[in-house]
Amino acid sequence: MKKLQLRKLGLASVLLAALRRELSLALRQKGEVLTPLVFFVVIASLFPLGVGPESALLLRMAPGVLWVSALLAAMLSLQRLFAMDYVDGSLEQMVLSATPLGLLVVAKALSHFLLSGLPLVLMAPVLGLQFGLEGRALGILMLSLLLGTPTLSLIGSIGAALTLGVRGAGVLLSLLILPLYIPVLIFGAGAVEADAAGLGIGGHLSLLAALLVLSAFFAPLATTTALRISLE
Amino acid sequence: MNTASTLTFAKLGCSRGGRLLFQGVDCVLEAGRWLYVAGANGVGKTSLLRMVCGLAQIESGNILWNGLPIHTQRETYLQDLCYLGHLNALQESMTVKENLSFTTALTGFAPTIAQIQEVLARFGVRGRDQQLVRHLSQGQKRRVALSRLALSAAQLWVLDEPFVAMDEAGVRMLADLIETHLNNGGMAVVTSHQQVAIGAMPAQRLELSP
Repeated sequence: MKKLQLRKLGLASVLLAALRRELSLALRQKGEVLTPLVFFVVIASLFPLGVGPESALLLRMAPGVLWVSALLAAMLSLQRLFAMDYVDGSLEQMVLSATPLGLLVVAKALSHFLLSGLPLVLMAPVLGLQFGLEGRALGILMLSLLLGTPTLSLIGSIGAALTLGVRGAGVLLSLLILPLYIPVLIFGAGAVEADAAGLGIGGHLSLLAALLVLSAFFAPLATTTALRISLE
Repeated sequence: MNTASTLTFAKLGCSRGGRLLFQGVDCVLEAGRWLYVAGANGVGKTSLLRMVCGLAQIESGNILWNGLPIHTQRETYLQDLCYLGHLNALQESMTVKENLSFTTALTGFAPTIAQIQEVLARFGVRGRDQQLVRHLSQGQKRRVALSRLALSAAQLWVLDEPFVAMDEAGVRMLADLIETHLNNGGMAVVTSHQQVAIGAMPAQRLELSP
């Protein structure tokens, strides 16, 4: 038997391969991609039914309600982030591979954003209309979600890694992660409210971007540590 | 391959749930040799292998790769390591080819489709590359998982019960693959309940006992 000569891959190609794998795996389980989206729509639609058709009140509530629905919808899909790879041993291979684990975590968080964050951003204006939000407010809502949902995926990956293999992981994950989402919620929903009140939105969006940069740096570190602990 | 490589256990000890599994294990494995880890069930063979991989913390003693503790040189060490555990690391909803491409990409290499087909044929699962893993039998999945070894450039193979669920031809084939690996200056740490002869040289034997 002879030894095979294989082509060498750069780190960027490995990142791409990991991202492609995540996306194609998710798209083969369409139900699991659609569930958080439908959940988002249902939760956000329940509020107008619950509080009545008073348009001033709905308009006032809209940014907060939509943002909280987005948080909950993102939580719903987080649990699956590492679970399947944990069960079949792929995660062990990832931890033991020559590829830096942080890179693979980034690929996972990015695919989580593309499959659960980005659709929420695109769906938000439709739901915003239900609440009577106008064009400019809808634009700001989308922008704040676009800046905020990647942070949700990144911070969420820490919780998903910590709760691997734990019974009742879903509830524990919410308890761990939701408090960490509070700053994103405050500045995200705050941006839309600030604009409605005639204040500038620059501050809110800058802070959202700062949270994104911070979590992009620290979350992969924390997640890799958590994964190593979970596998022990 | 660097033929001067050594894997050293120095006074290695391990306990699980407060119970001592083994202690004071000393051993030196040199390039071209393989270590047969023997012992009864529950004696800590898998724990030892997980420590060798760096998946489990080393409680007492040390594991050295080329003279340096493995936790101080994780990145270089992982490039030299290929681990095959009880789990196959195959995603059921992906094809055989996709699975093998990905796990090989993790090691920094890209196999061509022809190379994957060649390796699968060698392992007796010819023509299955486009099939979903979910549609394979247990034995076939194991063979696909093992074919990862042939695609690996690592020098140190750590194999936990690799012969389980394999028929006689499969056992022979894997033994041949390990022999080739050893002849190329590789080394292997293997646990097994079956006695298997690999190559002409006798295995280095490590008997674990409390």
